[in-house]
Amino acid sequence: MDSIGSLVLPSVVFLIIIFGFTKKVRLFDTFIEGAKDGIKSTLLIIPPLVGLIVSINMIKSSGALDMFTSALAPLANMMGIPDKTIPLVLLRPISGSGSMAIINNLFSQFGPDSFVGKVASTMMGSTETTFYAIAVYYGSINIKNTRHTVPAALCADLTGFLISVLSVKLLFFG
Amino acid sequence: MMNRIFGALIVVSIVCAIMTGRLEDVSNAILSGATEAIQLVFSLFGMMCFWTGMMKIADKGGATTLLAKFLSPAIGYLFPDYKKSGRAIKTICMNLVANFLGLGNAATPIGITAMKEMQREKQLKGVADNSMVMFVVFNTASVQLIPTSMAVLRKAHGSVSPFDVMPAVWISSIAALAVGITVAKILEKRKKSLG
Repeated sequence: MDSIGSLVLPSVVFLIIIFGFTKKVRLFDTFIEGAKDGIKSTLLIIPPLVGLIVSINMIKSSGALDMFTSALAPLANMMGIPDKTIPLVLLRPISGSGSMAIINNLFSQFGPDSFVGKVASTMMGSTETTFYAIAVYYGSINIKNTRHTVPAALCADLTGFLISVLSVKLLFFG
Repeated sequence: MMNRIFGALIVVSIVCAIMTGRLEDVSNAILSGATEAIQLVFSLFGMMCFWTGMMKIADKGGATTLLAKFLSPAIGYLFPDYKKSGRAIKTICMNLVANFLGLGNAATPIGITAMKEMQREKQLKGVADNSMVMFVVFNTASVQLIPTSMAVLRKAHGSVSPFDVMPAVWISSIAALAVGITVAKILEKRKKSLG
């Protein structure tokens, strides 16, 4: 399975270079010219990332996650979301590494092929670190008014979580 | 929106920390968070330069034009604010393909380039337009052909069939994306005055 992933990257790079070569693009010069833009973009995403990661680290260490988990348990149960995956649902949109750590825990506790393990895998695979993307993309061009981005993205995430539970139930435990 | 979320995260965490007696943890988290952010940026730096360089070659070589033509019908509906043959649309197409192929390391730098091209084409200052919102919503959903990293982790924990969740992941992410697009389309009409 590693081989599939490691096949894609070289193929894409290969195709780009071949295209450039046949169109007689000055490959290295053009590459350098483009890569310079990467420096500015990277520097611009520092401020939003520092803000986001510090505030998320604070939330993770404050015990708020446990509080919200127990507060949300009845609601989650009503929607069929297993208790054990609530911390994942809460953390997934804001922290990639944080949700990875939760998945690791769930896998060692219940095993990856258990109901909880499969739901967690599906949740993780079908959603992204929403706030990271928002901070990085808008931060890179100094857009301050993100309008309806956050509500639309969060609705998508919530759908992803709910359908994860449903589809695992139907496909594996139905 | 991000202003309120940022404020809420900090206020809630400090209040919770007082209640649970974890103020010291929070104070450490502030220090480590700032460092972590810079480490993350540095880990992205090389890939960022590599892919913005590659994108320039793809652009001049015509690979992006071909891709944009291929994806044109869907793109016209989702991102109507931009010229079909413009650089913004071409870069958007590259980003969507990189996401689909699971090239997360490439998708982010290409996505940032796309944001820049959109800003350049429309001279946007400070406020996102409808297409830009749609683009970010696409990037916050995760439609991936093969969820490799998840499968690797499952295997590491002794899963008998690490890839068996794939159909469930496809169904969930497509449903999530569909809802994301729909909500974005509904809300953009309501808030048209802003765009």
